[in-house]
Amino acid sequence: MKLKQLEAQLGYLAQFQSPKVELEQYPTGPHIASRMLFMAESTFGDIRGKLVADLGCGCGTLGVAASLLDAGYVSGFDVDDEALELAQQNSLELETVLDLVQCDILSLPSRGLKFDTVVMNPPFGTRRKGADMEFLSAALKVAENAVYSLHKTSTREHIKRKALRDYGAQTAEVLCELRFDLRALYKFHKRQEVDIAVDLWRFSPLRL
Amino acid sequence: MRLLTHNMLSCNRKGVSNGFPLGIEASKLEVKEVDFNSDFLRHIYPKIEWKAFVDAAKSLGLNDLPEHVDDSMLEDDDFLHSFHHALLEVHLEEGALICPETGRRFPVNRGIPNMLLNEDEV
Repeated sequence: MKLKQLEAQLGYLAQFQSPKVELEQYPTGPHIASRMLFMAESTFGDIRGKLVADLGCGCGTLGVAASLLDAGYVSGFDVDDEALELAQQNSLELETVLDLVQCDILSLPSRGLKFDTVVMNPPFGTRRKGADMEFLSAALKVAENAVYSLHKTSTREHIKRKALRDYGAQTAEVLCELRFDLRALYKFHKRQEVDIAVDLWRFSPLRL
Repeated sequence: MRLLTHNMLSCNRKGVSNGFPLGIEASKLEVKEVDFNSDFLRHIYPKIEWKAFVDAAKSLGLNDLPEHVDDSMLEDDDFLHSFHHALLEVHLEEGALICPETGRRFPVNRGIPNMLLNEDEV
């Protein structure tokens, strides 16, 4: 599948009707999601035929994208049942299969089986400080080959230091900088559009 | 959820030393065809806890998987098709997952297991 096709397909997905501010439910738009997954597959071969997890999957955009790029199996984890229901509908809409699990990312109910690849758009940690780092730490524990994640560009040095020093990442690389176009989702967004610079990261876990 | 997901889930409740494998109560199953991909099956096979998988399959009425496997079976087409079907095509839509130690039930509704723990269980 070509990048343009992937982006067009993701454009059909339903987004949050009433996003929950405490969970920082910013939807991952088709532009960013398609580039993220396309790069993971075309440059690194991390999606096709792989076991992929989407942590904090929200309405399921990244998981659906992985499935459209022929991941062997995709599961989505989220704490919020309304988000999961939307993810379910979205996955059916595009005739993909996502196995969804409702749980807290901090206590993933896993026996230790590792995914080949984790893709995620975690909370930026602006509402609850450190939420972004908790996701990154959890992702590096359950990924065998690679973690793709989005973080605010303003936190680049901090992310790199924590990933390499504290979370056991072997490499931490910014693949590109993207603009996160947040329409005024919440009441505290004063301007109509809030444009945030985010980095697309690829981390590789330390192999034991 | 499918049996591949079941094979990775465990009960993380406080005080539980081995929450794997979860028992299954099934009240509704669905079968959805997925393209057969033998490379993926060979890739995933070493990650699967086989006994837990076979037992879970049996609890869903899928009885044609062998109790023991060895690597040579990964060349056997009949085996791979049974493995593919049980692992990737059968969905538990309604029911529950049960902690093997405490009997704690995790409900499965519309295919989604709710593994959230209460505050006093973390």
